[in-house]
Amino acid sequence: METLPKKGPYRQALAAIRRINQSRIFIISFGIVIIILLIWRIVVVARQTPFPPQYWAFQIINGLVLGGVYALVALGYTMVYGILFMINFAHGEVMMMGGFAGFFTLQLLTTLGWTEGSPYLSALSILLVIAAGMIVSVLTGVALERIAYRPLRTAPRLVPLISAIGASFFLQYSALRIFGVTPHNYRKPELISGGWAIGETGIFVTRTGVFIFVTSILMMIGLFLIVKRSKMGRAMRAVAEDKEIASLMGVDIDKVIAFTFALGSALAGAGGVMFGFHNTVMRFNTGFIPGLKAFTAAVLGGIGNIPGAMFGSLLLGVIEALGPSALGVPTEYKDVIAFSILVLVLIFRPTGLLGEVLTEKKA
Amino acid sequence: MALLEVRDVHSYYGNIHALKGLSITVEEGEIVTLIGANGAGKTTTLRTICGVIKPRQGSVSLEGENLEPFKIHEIVYKGVALVPEGRRIFSRLTVYENLDMGAYHRIDNDGIAEDFDRVFVLFPRLKERRNQVAGTLSGGEQQMLATARALMAHPRLMLLDEPSMGLAPVLVESIFETIQEINREGTTILLVEQNAHMALQVAHRGYVLQTGEIVLDGTAEALRNNPMVQKSYLGIE
Repeated sequence: METLPKKGPYRQALAAIRRINQSRIFIISFGIVIIILLIWRIVVVARQTPFPPQYWAFQIINGLVLGGVYALVALGYTMVYGILFMINFAHGEVMMMGGFAGFFTLQLLTTLGWTEGSPYLSALSILLVIAAGMIVSVLTGVALERIAYRPLRTAPRLVPLISAIGASFFLQYSALRIFGVTPHNYRKPELISGGWAIGETGIFVTRTGVFIFVTSILMMIGLFLIVKRSKMGRAMRAVAEDKEIASLMGVDIDKVIAFTFALGSALAGAGGVMFGFHNTVMRFNTGFIPGLKAFTAAVLGGIGNIPGAMFGSLLLGVIEALGPSALGVPTEYKDVIAFSILVLVLIFRPTGLLGEVLTEKKA
Repeated sequence: MALLEVRDVHSYYGNIHALKGLSITVEEGEIVTLIGANGAGKTTTLRTICGVIKPRQGSVSLEGENLEPFKIHEIVYKGVALVPEGRRIFSRLTVYENLDMGAYHRIDNDGIAEDFDRVFVLFPRLKERRNQVAGTLSGGEQQMLATARALMAHPRLMLLDEPSMGLAPVLVESIFETIQEINREGTTILLVEQNAHMALQVAHRGYVLQTGEIVLDGTAEALRNNPMVQKSYLGIE
Protein backbone atom coordinates (compact mmCIF):
# COMPACT_ATOMS: atom_id res chain seq x y z
CA MET A 1 0.00 0.00 0.00
CA GLU A 2 2.68 2.48 -0.98
CA THR A 3 0.08 4.99 -2.18
CA LEU A 4 -0.89 5.72 1.42
CA PRO A 5 0.85 8.62 3.12
CA LYS A 6 3.24 7.52 5.87
CA LYS A 7 1.95 10.09 8.32
CA GLY A 8 -1.15 12.23 8.61
CA PRO A 9 -4.70 11.94 9.81
CA TYR A 10 -5.55 8.95 7.64
CA ARG A 11 -2.84 6.82 9.17
CA GLN A 12 -3.78 7.96 12.62
CA ALA A 13 -7.40 7.06 12.00
CA LEU A 14 -6.36 3.65 10.76
CA ALA A 15 -4.27 3.08 13.87
CA ALA A 16 -7.19 4.15 16.05
CA ILE A 17 -9.47 1.65 14.29
CA ARG A 18 -6.90 -1.11 14.87
CA ARG A 19 -6.68 -0.22 18.53
CA ILE A 20 -10.46 -0.30 18.94
CA ASN A 21 -10.61 -3.69 17.28
CA GLN A 22 -7.88 -5.07 19.49
CA SER A 23 -9.53 -3.96 22.70
CA ARG A 24 -12.86 -5.27 21.38
CA ILE A 25 -11.30 -8.65 20.62
CA PHE A 26 -9.74 -8.71 24.06
CA ILE A 27 -13.04 -7.95 25.74
CA ILE A 28 -14.91 -10.57 23.74
CA SER A 29 -12.34 -13.27 24.44
CA PHE A 30 -12.35 -12.30 28.10
CA GLY A 31 -16.13 -12.66 28.07
CA ILE A 32 -15.99 -16.06 26.43
CA VAL A 33 -13.47 -17.29 29.01
CA ILE A 34 -15.70 -16.10 31.86
CA ILE A 35 -18.79 -17.74 30.34
CA ILE A 36 -16.91 -21.05 29.86
CA LEU A 37 -15.69 -20.93 33.46
CA LEU A 38 -19.22 -20.24 34.70
CA ILE A 39 -20.72 -23.10 32.71
CA TRP A 40 -17.99 -25.44 33.88
CA ARG A 41 -18.60 -24.45 37.47
CA ILE A 42 -22.35 -24.88 37.13
CA VAL A 43 -21.94 -28.34 35.60
CA VAL A 44 -19.53 -29.43 38.33
CA VAL A 45 -21.80 -28.16 41.07
CA ALA A 46 -24.90 -29.67 39.51
CA ARG A 47 -23.20 -33.08 39.47
CA GLN A 48 -22.05 -32.89 43.06
CA THR A 49 -25.23 -31.67 44.67
CA PRO A 50 -28.21 -32.51 42.57
CA PHE A 51 -31.04 -30.36 43.87
CA PRO A 52 -34.54 -31.66 43.11
CA PRO A 53 -36.41 -29.79 40.35
CA GLN A 54 -38.87 -28.47 42.94
CA TYR A 55 -36.01 -26.61 44.54
CA TRP A 56 -35.17 -24.84 41.27
CA ALA A 57 -38.81 -24.05 40.62
CA PHE A 58 -39.10 -22.61 44.09
CA GLN A 59 -36.01 -20.47 43.56
CA ILE A 60 -37.24 -19.18 40.22
CA ILE A 61 -40.59 -18.19 41.75
CA ASN A 62 -38.74 -16.53 44.60
CA GLY A 63 -36.55 -14.69 42.13
CA LEU A 64 -39.51 -13.42 40.13
CA VAL A 65 -41.16 -12.10 43.28
CA LEU A 66 -38.01 -10.28 44.33
CA GLY A 67 -37.57 -9.09 40.76
CA GLY A 68 -41.06 -7.61 40.86
CA VAL A 69 -40.09 -5.57 43.92
CA TYR A 70 -36.85 -4.47 42.25
CA ALA A 71 -38.79 -3.45 39.16
CA LEU A 72 -41.01 -1.10 41.14
CA VAL A 73 -37.91 0.66 42.44
CA ALA A 74 -35.86 0.42 39.25
CA LEU A 75 -38.54 2.23 37.24
CA GLY A 76 -38.00 5.35 39.34
CA TYR A 77 -34.26 5.31 38.65
CA THR A 78 -34.76 4.82 34.97
CA MET A 79 -37.47 7.47 34.52
CA VAL A 80 -35.50 10.12 36.36
CA TYR A 81 -32.41 9.24 34.35
CA GLY A 82 -34.40 9.38 31.14
CA ILE A 83 -35.42 12.96 31.84
CA LEU A 84 -32.61 14.51 33.88
CA PHE A 85 -29.67 12.22 33.02
CA MET A 86 -28.90 11.92 36.69
CA ILE A 87 -28.94 8.94 39.06
CA ASN A 88 -31.21 9.64 42.00
CA PHE A 89 -29.15 7.78 44.60
CA ALA A 90 -31.65 8.66 47.31
CA HIS A 91 -34.34 6.61 45.55
CA GLY A 92 -33.71 3.58 47.79
CA GLU A 93 -34.43 5.81 50.78
CA VAL A 94 -37.64 7.02 49.16
CA MET A 95 -38.62 3.36 49.09
CA MET A 96 -37.62 2.94 52.74
CA MET A 97 -39.81 5.88 53.80
CA GLY A 98 -42.75 4.27 52.00
CA GLY A 99 -41.97 0.99 53.73
CA PHE A 100 -42.10 2.66 57.14
CA ALA A 101 -45.32 4.49 56.34
CA GLY A 102 -46.77 1.13 55.34
CA PHE A 103 -45.50 -0.42 58.56
CA PHE A 104 -47.18 2.12 60.81
CA THR A 105 -50.43 1.97 58.89
CA LEU A 106 -50.34 -1.81 59.12
CA GLN A 107 -49.74 -1.63 62.85
CA LEU A 108 -52.66 0.73 63.32
CA LEU A 109 -54.97 -1.45 61.25
CA THR A 110 -53.82 -4.60 63.10
CA THR A 111 -54.66 -2.95 66.40
CA LEU A 112 -58.06 -2.05 65.01
CA GLY A 113 -58.43 -5.71 64.10
CA TRP A 114 -58.98 -5.07 60.39
CA THR A 115 -56.32 -7.43 59.17
CA GLU A 116 -57.89 -10.60 60.60
CA GLY A 117 -61.27 -12.15 60.02
CA SER A 118 -63.27 -10.49 57.28
CA PRO A 119 -61.44 -10.89 53.95
CA TYR A 120 -62.98 -7.63 52.68
CA LEU A 121 -61.64 -5.64 55.59
CA SER A 122 -58.34 -7.45 55.26
CA ALA A 123 -58.09 -6.59 51.55
CA LEU A 124 -59.02 -3.00 52.28
CA SER A 125 -56.35 -2.77 54.94
CA ILE A 126 -53.73 -4.08 52.50
CA LEU A 127 -54.82 -1.44 49.99
CA LEU A 128 -54.59 1.25 52.68
CA VAL A 129 -51.10 0.11 53.64
CA ILE A 130 -49.95 0.34 50.03
CA ALA A 131 -51.63 3.72 49.60
CA ALA A 132 -49.94 5.08 52.72
CA GLY A 133 -46.55 3.88 51.47
CA MET A 134 -47.13 5.48 48.09
CA ILE A 135 -48.29 8.81 49.51
CA VAL A 136 -45.37 9.19 51.90
CA SER A 137 -42.90 8.20 49.18
CA VAL A 138 -44.41 10.69 46.74
CA LEU A 139 -44.08 13.45 49.32
CA THR A 140 -40.47 12.44 50.02
CA GLY A 141 -39.56 12.17 46.35
CA VAL A 142 -41.14 15.45 45.33
CA ALA A 143 -39.59 17.30 48.29
CA LEU A 144 -36.23 15.78 47.38
CA GLU A 145 -36.51 17.08 43.83
CA ARG A 146 -37.62 20.50 44.97
CA ILE A 147 -34.95 20.94 47.64
CA ALA A 148 -31.95 18.90 46.56
CA TYR A 149 -32.08 18.73 42.76
CA ARG A 150 -34.04 21.59 41.22
CA PRO A 151 -31.67 24.36 42.39
CA LEU A 152 -28.80 22.39 40.85
CA ARG A 153 -30.40 21.70 37.49
CA THR A 154 -28.04 23.91 35.52
CA ALA A 155 -24.98 22.85 37.52
CA PRO A 156 -22.46 20.36 36.07
CA ARG A 157 -23.72 16.78 36.11
CA LEU A 158 -21.58 15.66 39.02
CA VAL A 159 -23.10 18.20 41.40
CA PRO A 160 -26.68 16.84 41.64
CA LEU A 161 -25.16 13.36 41.90
CA ILE A 162 -23.29 14.37 45.06
CA SER A 163 -26.41 16.09 46.32
CA ALA A 164 -28.27 12.81 45.77
CA ILE A 165 -25.74 10.85 47.83
CA GLY A 166 -26.02 13.47 50.56
CA ALA A 167 -29.81 13.25 50.48
CA SER A 168 -29.55 9.47 50.72
CA PHE A 169 -27.51 9.69 53.92
CA PHE A 170 -29.72 12.44 55.27
CA LEU A 171 -32.84 10.31 54.88
CA GLN A 172 -31.17 7.15 56.19
CA TYR A 173 -29.88 8.74 59.37
CA SER A 174 -33.05 10.76 59.92
CA ALA A 175 -34.86 7.43 59.81
CA LEU A 176 -32.32 6.02 62.28
CA ARG A 177 -32.97 8.90 64.64
CA ILE A 178 -36.75 8.76 64.30
CA PHE A 179 -37.43 5.02 64.12
CA GLY A 180 -34.40 3.70 66.02
CA VAL A 181 -32.05 0.83 65.17
CA THR A 182 -34.38 -1.98 66.09
CA PRO A 183 -35.99 -3.75 63.15
CA HIS A 184 -39.72 -3.16 62.75
CA ASN A 185 -41.56 -6.36 61.99
CA TYR A 186 -44.24 -6.37 59.34
CA ARG A 187 -47.06 -8.60 60.50
CA LYS A 188 -48.74 -10.10 57.46
CA PRO A 189 -52.52 -9.87 57.29
CA GLU A 190 -54.20 -13.24 57.24
CA LEU A 191 -55.23 -12.76 53.63
CA ILE A 192 -51.66 -12.95 52.36
CA SER A 193 -50.18 -15.50 54.77
CA GLY A 194 -49.72 -19.13 53.90
CA GLY A 195 -49.78 -20.41 50.36
CA TRP A 196 -50.77 -23.15 47.98
CA ALA A 197 -49.11 -26.38 46.92
CA ILE A 198 -49.37 -26.90 43.17
CA GLY A 199 -50.91 -30.35 42.70
CA GLU A 200 -48.58 -33.24 43.47
CA THR A 201 -45.46 -31.49 42.16
CA GLY A 202 -44.31 -30.47 45.60
CA ILE A 203 -43.97 -26.85 44.46
CA PHE A 204 -45.26 -24.38 46.98
CA VAL A 205 -46.19 -20.80 46.22
CA THR A 206 -46.76 -18.33 49.00
CA ARG A 207 -49.74 -15.99 48.91
CA THR A 208 -47.41 -13.10 49.64
CA GLY A 209 -45.35 -14.01 46.60
CA VAL A 210 -48.36 -14.15 44.29
CA PHE A 211 -49.70 -10.92 45.76
CA ILE A 212 -46.39 -9.10 45.29
CA PHE A 213 -45.85 -10.35 41.77
CA VAL A 214 -49.38 -9.59 40.59
CA THR A 215 -49.40 -6.16 42.20
CA SER A 216 -46.08 -5.18 40.66
CA ILE A 217 -47.19 -6.34 37.21
CA LEU A 218 -50.42 -4.36 37.54
CA MET A 219 -48.52 -1.27 38.60
CA MET A 220 -46.11 -1.62 35.70
CA ILE A 221 -49.04 -1.88 33.29
CA GLY A 222 -50.50 1.24 34.88
CA LEU A 223 -47.22 3.08 34.49
CA PHE A 224 -46.92 1.97 30.89
CA LEU A 225 -50.40 3.31 30.13
CA ILE A 226 -49.63 6.63 31.82
CA VAL A 227 -46.41 7.09 29.88
CA LYS A 228 -47.80 5.93 26.54
CA ARG A 229 -51.36 7.21 26.58
CA SER A 230 -51.73 10.23 28.83
CA LYS A 231 -50.97 13.83 27.95
CA MET A 232 -48.54 14.08 30.85
CA GLY A 233 -46.80 10.90 29.69
CA ARG A 234 -46.39 12.34 26.23
CA ALA A 235 -44.97 15.52 27.73
CA MET A 236 -42.57 13.37 29.78
CA ARG A 237 -41.26 11.69 26.66
CA ALA A 238 -40.98 15.01 24.85
CA VAL A 239 -39.08 16.58 27.75
CA ALA A 240 -36.77 13.55 27.88
CA GLU A 241 -35.89 14.17 24.27
CA ASP A 242 -35.58 17.94 24.05
CA LYS A 243 -36.32 20.17 27.05
CA GLU A 244 -36.01 23.47 25.22
CA ILE A 245 -38.34 22.56 22.38
CA ALA A 246 -40.81 20.99 24.79
CA SER A 247 -40.97 24.21 26.77
CA LEU A 248 -41.46 26.15 23.54
CA MET A 249 -44.51 23.95 22.93
CA GLY A 250 -45.92 25.24 26.21
CA VAL A 251 -44.78 22.40 28.48
CA ASP A 252 -43.91 23.52 31.99
CA ILE A 253 -40.65 21.59 32.47
CA ASP A 254 -40.65 21.94 36.27
CA LYS A 255 -44.11 20.40 36.49
CA VAL A 256 -43.17 17.49 34.24
CA ILE A 257 -40.01 16.76 36.22
CA ALA A 258 -41.90 16.92 39.52
CA PHE A 259 -44.52 14.58 38.03
CA THR A 260 -41.81 12.15 36.99
CA PHE A 261 -40.40 12.11 40.51
CA ALA A 262 -43.91 11.64 41.93
CA LEU A 263 -44.61 8.73 39.59
CA GLY A 264 -41.28 7.02 40.32
CA SER A 265 -41.66 7.59 44.04
CA ALA A 266 -45.21 6.21 44.09
CA LEU A 267 -43.91 2.98 42.59
CA ALA A 268 -40.99 2.95 45.03
CA GLY A 269 -43.40 3.44 47.94
CA ALA A 270 -45.44 0.46 46.79
CA GLY A 271 -42.12 -1.37 46.37
CA GLY A 272 -41.19 -0.50 49.97
CA VAL A 273 -44.42 -2.00 51.26
CA MET A 274 -43.93 -5.10 49.08
CA PHE A 275 -40.40 -5.41 50.37
CA GLY A 276 -41.75 -5.18 53.90
CA PHE A 277 -44.19 -8.03 53.27
CA HIS A 278 -41.47 -10.04 51.53
CA ASN A 279 -38.64 -9.43 53.96
CA THR A 280 -40.89 -8.97 57.02
CA VAL A 281 -38.46 -6.52 58.61
CA MET A 282 -37.98 -2.82 58.04
CA ARG A 283 -34.94 -0.90 59.22
CA PHE A 284 -33.47 2.53 58.64
CA ASN A 285 -31.04 1.12 56.06
CA THR A 286 -33.48 -1.28 54.42
CA GLY A 287 -33.64 0.91 51.33
CA PHE A 288 -29.94 0.98 50.69
CA ILE A 289 -29.07 -2.44 49.25
CA PRO A 290 -32.40 -2.97 47.43
CA GLY A 291 -31.94 0.54 46.03
CA LEU A 292 -28.53 -0.37 44.67
CA LYS A 293 -29.90 -3.65 43.33
CA ALA A 294 -32.74 -1.87 41.59
CA PHE A 295 -30.22 0.54 40.12
CA THR A 296 -28.20 -2.46 38.91
CA ALA A 297 -31.35 -3.89 37.39
CA ALA A 298 -32.06 -0.59 35.62
CA VAL A 299 -28.54 -0.55 34.18
CA LEU A 300 -28.83 -4.22 33.27
CA GLY A 301 -31.95 -3.53 31.22
CA GLY A 302 -30.61 -0.26 29.80
CA ILE A 303 -30.97 2.87 31.91
CA GLY A 304 -33.55 5.33 30.67
CA ASN A 305 -35.56 2.51 29.13
CA ILE A 306 -38.80 1.56 30.89
CA PRO A 307 -39.32 -1.98 29.53
CA GLY A 308 -35.58 -2.47 30.09
CA ALA A 309 -35.96 -1.73 33.80
CA MET A 310 -38.83 -4.23 34.10
CA PHE A 311 -36.94 -6.94 32.22
CA GLY A 312 -33.63 -6.25 33.98
CA SER A 313 -35.28 -6.43 37.40
CA LEU A 314 -36.97 -9.77 36.81
CA LEU A 315 -33.74 -11.13 35.35
CA LEU A 316 -31.66 -9.87 38.26
CA GLY A 317 -34.13 -11.30 40.76
CA VAL A 318 -33.93 -14.73 39.15
CA ILE A 319 -30.13 -14.61 38.82
CA GLU A 320 -29.84 -13.67 42.46
CA ALA A 321 -32.13 -16.47 43.56
CA LEU A 322 -30.56 -19.15 41.38
CA GLY A 323 -26.95 -17.97 41.38
CA PRO A 324 -25.66 -19.13 44.76
CA SER A 325 -27.07 -22.65 44.37
CA ALA A 326 -26.00 -22.94 40.74
CA LEU A 327 -22.47 -21.86 41.55
CA GLY A 328 -22.36 -23.85 44.78
CA VAL A 329 -21.56 -20.85 46.96
CA PRO A 330 -23.30 -19.77 50.18
CA THR A 331 -26.41 -17.59 49.77
CA GLU A 332 -24.58 -14.66 51.36
CA TYR A 333 -22.78 -14.29 48.04
CA LYS A 334 -25.96 -13.31 46.23
CA ASP A 335 -25.04 -9.63 46.49
CA VAL A 336 -21.60 -10.38 45.07
CA ILE A 337 -23.24 -12.12 42.14
CA ALA A 338 -25.67 -9.25 41.57
CA PHE A 339 -22.97 -6.59 41.54
CA SER A 340 -20.63 -8.75 39.43
CA ILE A 341 -23.43 -8.80 36.88
CA LEU A 342 -23.44 -4.99 36.98
CA VAL A 343 -19.71 -4.86 36.30
CA LEU A 344 -19.96 -7.40 33.49
CA VAL A 345 -22.83 -5.53 31.84
CA LEU A 346 -20.93 -2.27 32.06
CA ILE A 347 -17.92 -3.90 30.39
CA PHE A 348 -19.65 -5.84 27.64
CA ARG A 349 -22.79 -3.91 26.98
CA PRO A 350 -22.69 -0.45 28.51
CA THR A 351 -26.06 0.41 26.97
CA GLY A 352 -27.74 -2.46 28.83
CA LEU A 353 -29.54 -5.47 27.43
CA LEU A 354 -32.44 -3.54 25.89
CA GLY A 355 -30.65 -0.21 25.73
CA GLU A 356 -30.49 1.72 22.53
CA VAL A 357 -27.24 3.04 21.12
CA LEU A 358 -27.30 6.74 21.80
CA THR A 359 -26.83 8.19 18.35
CA GLU A 360 -28.31 11.60 19.00
CA LYS A 361 -26.52 13.75 21.50
CA LYS A 362 -27.96 13.55 24.95
CA ALA A 363 -28.26 16.40 27.44
CA MET B 1 -50.04 48.77 16.71
CA ALA B 2 -47.50 46.32 15.37
CA LEU B 3 -48.08 42.64 16.16
CA LEU B 4 -44.45 42.16 17.13
CA GLU B 5 -42.18 44.92 18.23
CA VAL B 6 -38.57 44.28 19.16
CA ARG B 7 -37.08 47.49 20.46
CA ASP B 8 -33.39 48.18 21.02
CA VAL B 9 -32.61 44.63 22.22
CA HIS B 10 -29.20 43.64 23.57
CA SER B 11 -28.76 39.89 24.04
CA TYR B 12 -25.73 37.94 25.14
CA TYR B 13 -24.52 34.38 24.64
CA GLY B 14 -22.42 34.00 27.74
CA ASN B 15 -20.10 36.94 27.34
CA ILE B 16 -20.60 37.36 23.63
CA HIS B 17 -22.60 40.46 22.80
CA ALA B 18 -24.78 38.83 20.13
CA LEU B 19 -27.46 41.45 19.53
CA LYS B 20 -26.44 45.09 19.74
CA GLY B 21 -29.52 47.22 19.93
CA LEU B 22 -31.69 45.40 17.45
CA SER B 23 -35.10 46.78 16.55
CA ILE B 24 -37.63 45.19 14.22
CA THR B 25 -41.38 45.35 13.82
CA VAL B 26 -43.76 42.90 12.21
CA GLU B 27 -47.28 43.99 11.30
CA GLU B 28 -50.28 41.66 11.39
CA GLY B 29 -50.55 39.60 8.18
CA GLU B 30 -47.04 40.21 6.91
CA ILE B 31 -44.20 37.94 5.93
CA VAL B 32 -41.04 39.61 7.17
CA THR B 33 -37.64 38.12 6.54
CA LEU B 34 -34.41 38.52 8.40
CA ILE B 35 -31.40 37.81 6.23
CA GLY B 36 -27.76 37.75 7.14
CA ALA B 37 -24.62 35.67 7.17
CA ASN B 38 -23.71 32.90 9.61
CA GLY B 39 -23.30 34.29 13.10
CA ALA B 40 -25.05 37.57 12.32
CA GLY B 41 -27.48 36.92 15.16
CA LYS B 42 -30.54 35.68 13.27
CA THR B 43 -31.20 32.67 15.47
CA THR B 44 -30.41 34.71 18.58
CA THR B 45 -33.10 37.16 17.53
CA LEU B 46 -35.70 34.40 17.30
CA ARG B 47 -34.56 32.86 20.57
CA THR B 48 -34.90 36.24 22.24
CA ILE B 49 -38.41 36.71 20.85
CA CYS B 50 -39.62 33.38 22.18
CA GLY B 51 -38.05 33.88 25.56
CA VAL B 52 -35.24 31.31 25.52
CA ILE B 53 -32.75 34.15 25.89
CA LYS B 54 -33.73 37.07 28.08
CA PRO B 55 -32.44 40.38 26.70
CA ARG B 56 -30.24 42.39 29.05
CA GLN B 57 -31.66 45.57 27.65
CA GLY B 58 -34.56 46.48 25.42
CA SER B 59 -37.97 44.92 25.08
CA VAL B 60 -39.95 42.43 23.05
CA SER B 61 -43.66 43.09 22.91
CA LEU B 62 -46.59 41.40 21.25
CA GLU B 63 -49.47 43.76 20.47
CA GLY B 64 -48.02 46.22 22.95
CA GLU B 65 -47.72 43.67 25.76
CA ASN B 66 -44.19 43.28 27.06
CA LEU B 67 -43.18 39.60 26.99
CA GLU B 68 -40.40 39.99 29.53
CA PRO B 69 -42.18 38.63 32.65
CA PHE B 70 -43.32 35.43 30.92
CA LYS B 71 -41.53 32.10 31.11
CA ILE B 72 -40.65 30.21 27.93
CA HIS B 73 -43.65 27.92 28.12
CA GLU B 74 -46.01 30.84 28.63
CA ILE B 75 -44.97 32.69 25.50
CA VAL B 76 -46.69 30.12 23.32
CA TYR B 77 -49.97 30.96 25.09
CA LYS B 78 -49.54 34.48 23.74
CA GLY B 79 -49.61 33.15 20.19
CA VAL B 80 -45.96 32.79 19.20
CA ALA B 81 -44.76 29.47 17.75
CA LEU B 82 -41.29 28.58 16.57
CA VAL B 83 -40.14 26.24 13.81
CA PRO B 84 -36.62 25.72 15.10
CA GLU B 85 -33.41 25.51 13.15
CA GLY B 86 -32.53 21.90 12.36
CA ARG B 87 -36.24 20.99 12.79
CA ARG B 88 -35.78 19.37 16.22
CA ILE B 89 -38.83 17.19 16.05
CA PHE B 90 -39.35 14.65 18.82
CA SER B 91 -37.79 11.74 16.97
CA ARG B 92 -39.04 9.01 19.31
CA LEU B 93 -42.64 10.20 19.27
CA THR B 94 -44.96 9.39 16.39
CA VAL B 95 -45.92 12.02 13.83
CA TYR B 96 -49.34 12.26 15.44
CA GLU B 97 -47.86 12.69 18.92
CA ASN B 98 -45.51 15.39 17.64
CA LEU B 99 -48.44 17.33 16.25
CA ASP B 100 -50.33 16.82 19.49
CA MET B 101 -47.36 18.28 21.38
CA GLY B 102 -47.73 21.38 19.23
CA ALA B 103 -51.24 21.82 20.61
CA TYR B 104 -50.13 20.97 24.15
CA HIS B 105 -51.31 24.18 25.79
CA ARG B 106 -54.69 24.22 24.08
CA ILE B 107 -57.92 22.99 25.61
CA ASP B 108 -60.34 23.70 22.74
CA ASN B 109 -60.71 20.15 21.42
CA ASP B 110 -62.81 21.22 18.44
CA GLY B 111 -60.21 23.76 17.42
CA ILE B 112 -57.44 21.17 17.75
CA ALA B 113 -59.36 18.71 15.57
CA GLU B 114 -59.87 21.47 13.00
CA ASP B 115 -56.16 22.24 12.99
CA PHE B 116 -55.33 18.55 12.55
CA ASP B 117 -57.50 18.58 9.41
CA ARG B 118 -55.87 21.80 8.28
CA VAL B 119 -52.28 20.55 8.57
CA PHE B 120 -53.18 17.24 6.98
CA VAL B 121 -54.58 19.14 3.98
CA LEU B 122 -51.44 21.26 3.87
CA PHE B 123 -49.13 18.25 4.29
CA PRO B 124 -50.85 15.07 3.01
CA ARG B 125 -47.57 13.18 3.52
CA LEU B 126 -47.87 13.61 7.26
CA LYS B 127 -51.36 12.15 7.19
CA GLU B 128 -50.04 9.04 5.46
CA ARG B 129 -47.33 8.69 8.06
CA ARG B 130 -49.15 9.81 11.16
CA ASN B 131 -48.51 6.62 13.11
CA GLN B 132 -44.86 6.41 12.11
CA VAL B 133 -42.08 7.28 14.57
CA ALA B 134 -40.91 10.75 13.55
CA GLY B 135 -37.21 9.84 13.56
CA THR B 136 -37.80 7.64 10.51
CA LEU B 137 -39.02 10.52 8.33
CA SER B 138 -36.86 12.03 5.60
CA GLY B 139 -35.37 15.49 6.05
CA GLY B 140 -38.09 17.16 3.99
CA GLU B 141 -40.85 15.36 5.87
CA GLN B 142 -39.26 16.36 9.16
CA GLN B 143 -39.31 19.99 8.06
CA MET B 144 -43.00 19.58 7.18
CA LEU B 145 -43.58 18.06 10.60
CA ALA B 146 -41.77 20.88 12.41
CA THR B 147 -43.83 23.44 10.48
CA ALA B 148 -47.07 21.55 11.06
CA ARG B 149 -46.26 21.19 14.75
CA ALA B 150 -45.93 24.96 15.07
CA LEU B 151 -49.23 25.41 13.20
CA MET B 152 -50.94 23.15 15.71
CA ALA B 153 -50.38 25.86 18.32
CA HIS B 154 -52.63 28.03 16.16
CA PRO B 155 -50.16 30.88 16.43
CA ARG B 156 -50.72 34.48 15.43
CA LEU B 157 -47.03 34.84 14.79
CA MET B 158 -44.94 32.00 13.43
CA LEU B 159 -41.16 32.18 13.61
CA LEU B 160 -39.32 30.08 11.05
CA ASP B 161 -35.60 29.45 11.49
CA GLU B 162 -33.81 28.35 8.31
CA PRO B 163 -36.59 26.16 6.92
CA SER B 164 -34.62 25.50 3.73
CA MET B 165 -31.50 24.22 5.46
CA GLY B 166 -30.26 20.90 4.12
CA LEU B 167 -33.18 20.35 1.76
CA ALA B 168 -33.13 19.55 -1.95
CA PRO B 169 -34.03 22.55 -4.19
CA VAL B 170 -37.37 21.01 -5.17
CA LEU B 171 -38.34 20.68 -1.53
CA VAL B 172 -37.20 24.22 -0.80
CA GLU B 173 -39.63 25.50 -3.45
CA SER B 174 -42.49 23.58 -1.93
CA ILE B 175 -41.65 24.64 1.63
CA PHE B 176 -41.69 28.30 0.57
CA GLU B 177 -44.98 27.81 -1.26
CA THR B 178 -46.41 26.36 1.91
CA ILE B 179 -45.15 29.32 3.91
CA GLN B 180 -47.02 31.66 1.57
CA GLU B 181 -50.09 29.49 1.84
CA ILE B 182 -49.97 29.60 5.64
CA ASN B 183 -49.61 33.37 5.47
CA ARG B 184 -52.61 33.70 3.13
CA GLU B 185 -54.66 31.79 5.70
CA GLY B 186 -53.90 34.59 8.15
CA THR B 187 -50.75 33.73 10.11
CA THR B 188 -48.09 36.40 10.39
CA ILE B 189 -44.60 35.12 9.63
CA LEU B 190 -41.11 36.12 10.63
CA LEU B 191 -38.68 34.16 8.47
CA VAL B 192 -34.97 33.79 9.10
CA GLU B 193 -33.04 32.56 6.09
CA GLN B 194 -29.58 32.24 4.65
CA ASN B 195 -31.18 31.58 1.29
CA ALA B 196 -31.82 35.30 0.72
CA HIS B 197 -32.89 34.70 -2.83
CA MET B 198 -35.90 32.59 -1.85
CA ALA B 199 -36.65 34.61 1.25
CA LEU B 200 -36.90 37.89 -0.63
CA GLN B 201 -39.22 36.27 -3.16
CA VAL B 202 -41.86 35.30 -0.61
CA ALA B 203 -41.48 38.13 1.93
CA HIS B 204 -43.20 41.49 1.92
CA ARG B 205 -40.49 43.24 3.85
CA GLY B 206 -37.01 42.40 5.03
CA TYR B 207 -34.21 43.32 7.39
CA VAL B 208 -30.51 42.73 6.80
CA LEU B 209 -28.61 41.74 9.90
CA GLN B 210 -24.86 42.10 10.31
CA THR B 211 -22.98 41.20 13.52
CA GLY B 212 -25.97 41.84 15.71
CA GLU B 213 -27.19 45.03 14.12
CA ILE B 214 -29.76 45.89 11.46
CA VAL B 215 -27.84 47.52 8.63
CA LEU B 216 -30.63 47.78 6.11
CA ASP B 217 -34.38 47.40 5.89
CA GLY B 218 -37.11 47.92 3.35
CA THR B 219 -39.62 46.20 1.14
CA ALA B 220 -38.49 42.91 -0.36
CA GLU B 221 -38.50 44.56 -3.77
CA ALA B 222 -36.22 47.36 -2.62
CA LEU B 223 -33.83 44.93 -0.96
CA ARG B 224 -33.69 42.75 -4.07
CA ASN B 225 -32.61 45.79 -6.06
CA ASN B 226 -30.15 47.08 -3.48
CA PRO B 227 -26.55 46.75 -4.78
CA MET B 228 -25.15 45.81 -1.36
CA VAL B 229 -27.73 43.03 -0.90
CA GLN B 230 -27.17 41.84 -4.46
CA LYS B 231 -23.44 41.63 -3.91
CA SER B 232 -23.34 40.13 -0.41
CA TYR B 233 -26.43 37.94 -0.25
CA LEU B 234 -27.70 37.26 -3.74
CA GLY B 235 -24.34 36.62 -5.40
CA ILE B 236 -24.98 39.19 -8.14
CA GLU B 237 -21.95 41.32 -9.01
